Amino acid sequence: MKSKAMRTILYIIRKEFLQIFRNKSMLPIIFVLPIIQLLLLANAATFAIHNSKIEVVDYDHSQFSRHLISKFSASPFFNLAAEQPNARWAKDEILRGNTDIVMIIPADFEKNLRKENHAEVQFLVDAINGSAAGIINGYANSILFDFNKNIIAEAAAISASGQLKQIKSETSYWFNQNLDYHAFMVPGILVLLVTLIGMFLTAMNIVKEKEMGTIEQLNVTPIAKSQFIIGKLTPFWILGMLELSIGLIIAKYIFLVPFLGSLLVIYSFASIYLLVVLGIGLFVSTVTETQQQAIFVAWFFMLIFILLSGFFTLIEIMPHWAQTITLFDPIRYFVEVMRMVLLKGSGFRDLHVHFAVISAYALVVNGLAVWNYKKRV
Amino acid sequence: MKRFLGFIQKEWYHIFRDRRTLLILFGMPVVQILLFGFAIKNEVKDIHIGILDHSKDVVTHRIVDKIKASGFFIIEDNLHSEKQIEAAFQSGKIKVVLVFGENFGHDLNANHLAHVQILSDASNPNVATTISNYINAILRQYQVEINETQVLPMAIKAKERMLFNPELKSVFMFVPGIMTIILMLVTAMMTSVSIAREKELGTMEVLLVSPLKPFQIIIGKVFPYIFLALSNATIILLLGIFVFGMPVNGDYFFLALETALFIIATLSLGILISTIANDQQTAMMISMGGLMLPTIILSGFIFPISSMPWLLRLLSNVIPARWFIIIIKGVLLKGVNIHFLWKETLVLAGMTIGFLFISIKRYKTRLE
Amino acid sequence: MGDENVIVVRDLTKKFGSFTAVDKVSFEVKKGEIFGFLGANGAGKTTTMRILTGLLHSTSGYAEVAGIDVNRNPEKVKRRIGYMSQRFSLYEDLTIRENITFYGGVYGLPRSVIRNKSDELIAKLGLEEKATSLIKSLPLGWKQKLAFSVAILHDPGIVFLDEPTSGVDPITRRQFWNMIYEAASNGVTVFITTHYLDEAEYCDRVSIMVAGRIGALNTPSGLKKEFHADSINDVFLKLARPDNI
Repeated sequence: MKSKAMRTILYIIRKEFLQIFRNKSMLPIIFVLPIIQLLLLANAATFAIHNSKIEVVDYDHSQFSRHLISKFSASPFFNLAAEQPNARWAKDEILRGNTDIVMIIPADFEKNLRKENHAEVQFLVDAINGSAAGIINGYANSILFDFNKNIIAEAAAISASGQLKQIKSETSYWFNQNLDYHAFMVPGILVLLVTLIGMFLTAMNIVKEKEMGTIEQLNVTPIAKSQFIIGKLTPFWILGMLELSIGLIIAKYIFLVPFLGSLLVIYSFASIYLLVVLGIGLFVSTVTETQQQAIFVAWFFMLIFILLSGFFTLIEIMPHWAQTITLFDPIRYFVEVMRMVLLKGSGFRDLHVHFAVISAYALVVNGLAVWNYKKRV
Repeated sequence: MKRFLGFIQKEWYHIFRDRRTLLILFGMPVVQILLFGFAIKNEVKDIHIGILDHSKDVVTHRIVDKIKASGFFIIEDNLHSEKQIEAAFQSGKIKVVLVFGENFGHDLNANHLAHVQILSDASNPNVATTISNYINAILRQYQVEINETQVLPMAIKAKERMLFNPELKSVFMFVPGIMTIILMLVTAMMTSVSIAREKELGTMEVLLVSPLKPFQIIIGKVFPYIFLALSNATIILLLGIFVFGMPVNGDYFFLALETALFIIATLSLGILISTIANDQQTAMMISMGGLMLPTIILSGFIFPISSMPWLLRLLSNVIPARWFIIIIKGVLLKGVNIHFLWKETLVLAGMTIGFLFISIKRYKTRLE
Repeated sequence: MGDENVIVVRDLTKKFGSFTAVDKVSFEVKKGEIFGFLGANGAGKTTTMRILTGLLHSTSGYAEVAGIDVNRNPEKVKRRIGYMSQRFSLYEDLTIRENITFYGGVYGLPRSVIRNKSDELIAKLGLEEKATSLIKSLPLGWKQKLAFSVAILHDPGIVFLDEPTSGVDPITRRQFWNMIYEAASNGVTVFITTHYLDEAEYCDRVSIMVAGRIGALNTPSGLKKEFHADSINDVFLKLARPDNI
C-alpha cells in the first residue's frame, strides 16, 4: 500500500517537472530573474550614505574657514558641490534638490574662536529622507569635531598641554571588518528570493490548474489529498533548494560574503523553511480563484513578512506589539539564521530556538493548508 | 456613445466584483503605511551591550552609568573574560562589547590617558558605526565632565536645522514612495493584465470587430483603473496627512497635474506591456519582474540612489518613478512648484511622450 | 446489459443558498447501460454528475455508485469510475504518451501495462505520428477521443462523460459514439450528459431534467410515444414549455 502511494506521488512529481520545464516563459522566471534581482538588489541595497552633496556659504574667508571647508571636500562621505555667496541661495539649492546639506560659516569665525574661544557653525539639512538626514548630520558633526580637535591640538602645542585627561577609544569591527554592506544584505536577499519562488510559484501553479479546469480531473482520480500536495510541492521544494545553492555560490564568489559557519546548518534550516513557505503558497491557492488574486494575496503576505523581518531594520527597536508579530514571521528566522551562520559562524545549538519555531510553523501551516484543501466542494 | 458607456460599465463591474483583489489593493498600502509609520524605524536604540571591565573602579563604573543613562543601551550581564565574547556575539545576545583594561582609572588620573576598546558586531554595518558613534559621544561627554576645571579653548558649536522634517520621521519618505508604487501597480500592471486577459480569452477580437473605435476600447479599459489608482493614492495621502501629520506645503492643483502626467506615463507602459504579452501570466510576470521590482529597488524609494554604484545610478534615470518621487516629495514636503521642479517635469513629460508614441505604434501594428 | 444497478439515486437534493439546483431526484442506472442525462443549461445535469463523482457535497438524499455510498466514501468510488470533464481533461502542455503515463500511473496501473495500453490506444486512434506531440497541437476531435480513451484506461466499471461532444464536427461525433458503443459492449456503464438532443437516440435510456427535477425518464422510443412526439427534440420542447405546445 505504502509503495503505491509513493508511486502516485512520483508520477505527479514527474508531470509537474515536465510542465515546468516545458513552459518557456517559466524557465527564465525561475532561474534568470532571481539571479538578476540578486545582482541588482545586492548592489543597490545599501543604507550606507555615500556621496552626500554639500554646499557651503563662507562669510568669513579666513584660514580656519578654508581649512574647515577643505576637510569636507577631502572627506569620502561628501561631495563639495558648490559654494554659494549667501544663505538664501544655498537654501534654494536645497529646495531644488541640488544638495543634501548646507554649511554656513559666519563672519568673524576665526576671530571669535581665537578671541572669545567659541564660535558657531550652522548646518541646514534636507531632512526629507528622515534617518539619512540624521546620518549625514552625524558625519558633518564628526568632521567638525575632528577639525575642532586639530585646531585645539595645534594651539595647545603653544600653551599648556597634557593637562587634559583623555580617553582614547579603539573600535574594532567583528565579522565584517570592512563594513561591507553586501555581507549584511546578501544573506537577506537570498532568503527573499527563495521565499518568492516558493510562495508565488506554488500558489500560482495550483491556481492555474483551478483556472484551467484540470484540477477537477485530478479531484476525480483516487489521488489522495496528501499525495497530491506532496506531489505538487516537492518539485518546488527541489527548485527552491537549487536556487538557494546557486544564490550561495554567487554570494560567496561574486559578493565575497564570508562563510564562517557550516552549510549543513543552513541547508537543514532551509529544508524546513521551504516547507513553511510552500505551505503558505498552498494555503493561498486554496483561498483564491484566479492567478491575479493569488499573486495579490501572496504579495500581501510577503510584504508584511519582509517589512517585519529585520531585513531592513532592527527588530529590537520596533514597538512591542510589532516585535510580537515578528515572532510569527518565518522570514525573520531565516534571515537571522543566514546572517548568524555565514557571518558569525553560529551553530545548531545557538539556533535551537529558530529550528524549533520553524518546525512547529511548518507543521501548523501545512496542516492548515491540507485541511483547507478540499477535493470535494 | 451609449455603447462606449456600456463598455465602461462592464469593465467597472469586472473590477469591482473581484472583492479579494480590491481588498488587497486598498488594504495593502494602508498596512504598509501603518507599518512604516509605527513599527519600522531607522533609529538605533535599546542596544544590548556587554561590559568587560578589568578594572572595576570608580571611573569605569561612572562611565557604565552614563551609558545606562543615555537610554540607547541595555547593559547585559557583565562578561568575565575575553573568551566569552565570541560566543556572546554568536548567540546574538549582544551587539557590542566595551572593554576596559586593568588600572583604567589610575591611568586616566595619573597619566591623563586611558584606553578603551569598543568591539562592535558589524554584521549590520550602519548599526555598528552608529553604536560606535554613540559610545564615542558618551565618552566625549565624560571627558568634558572630568576636564571641567580646564578652560577648553576654541570650542566650535554646531547648530543644525532639519528642514522640512524636523522630527526625522521616516514615514514622510515612504508615503510618496508608496503612492507612486500603487499608482504604477494599478495603472501599469493591472491594466496590462486586463487587456491581456481579453486577448487570452479571445474577447478582444470581438471588441475589435464591434463598432467601438480602438481608442474607445483603450480608454474604456483604462478609465476604471485610473479611477482606482487615483482613489487609492488619495487614501494613502490622506492617511499620511491625518494619521502621521505629513504636511502638504505645495499647491494641490500642481500636484494633481503632475500626478496626471505620471499616470499617463505608466498607462502607456501598461499598454506597451499588453502589446508584448499574449496571456495574463506573461503580462503579470513582465509587469512584476520588468517594471515593479526594478522600480522599487532603483527609484530611490527605499534605497538612496546616491549610494548606488554608478551603473545602477545611470539605470535609475530611466525609471519614471524616480522622477515622480522627487516631484511629489518636492511638492508635498518642500512646497515648491514648477519653478524648482521644471527639470524633473520635463524628463517625465519626455518619457511619457516617448512611451505613448511607442505603444500607439505597436498597438496599431498589432491591429493590422 | 445486466440487471444490477450500478448507480442508485434517491431524493438527491442540492441547494446553493436559496437556489435549488437538484430537487429530490431519483433514478437508477443498470450495468452496461448507456444512460443519457439531458436537460437545458442550468437544469442541474452537471451538478448531479458532480455529486455522483464525488466532486460536490449533496444537501440531502442518497446516492450510490458501484455499490458504494458516495456521500460516505467518495474516495472509494473514485477507484471504480472514469470521468471526462467538460473542460479538457488532458494536459495541453504534455504529449499524448505523457498524459497516458500520468493517468495510468495515478490509477495504479503497472508500468508494463501502461506501456502496452499506450501503444494500443495510439495505434487504434491512428495517432502514431503525433504520439510525441503536445496535446495542444491536436484538433479538437482527436482530443475528445483521446480523453475518452484515457478515461477508461484503467477499466472502470462506470464512466461519466460531461458534454464530451461539445463543439465537435458530426463525423467525429459519430466516431466518438462508436467508441462509446464499444465500451458499453464490454460491460462499461456510460453515464453521459449532453445537450445535443439527437444524441439521445443513441442511448439505451434517457432522462430529461427540467429545473432541477427529472421531467421524463424512458427509452428514446418510449419517450416519443409518451409525449406523442416525433423526435426527442419535440419531447424536450413539450417538457420545457408544456403550455406552448
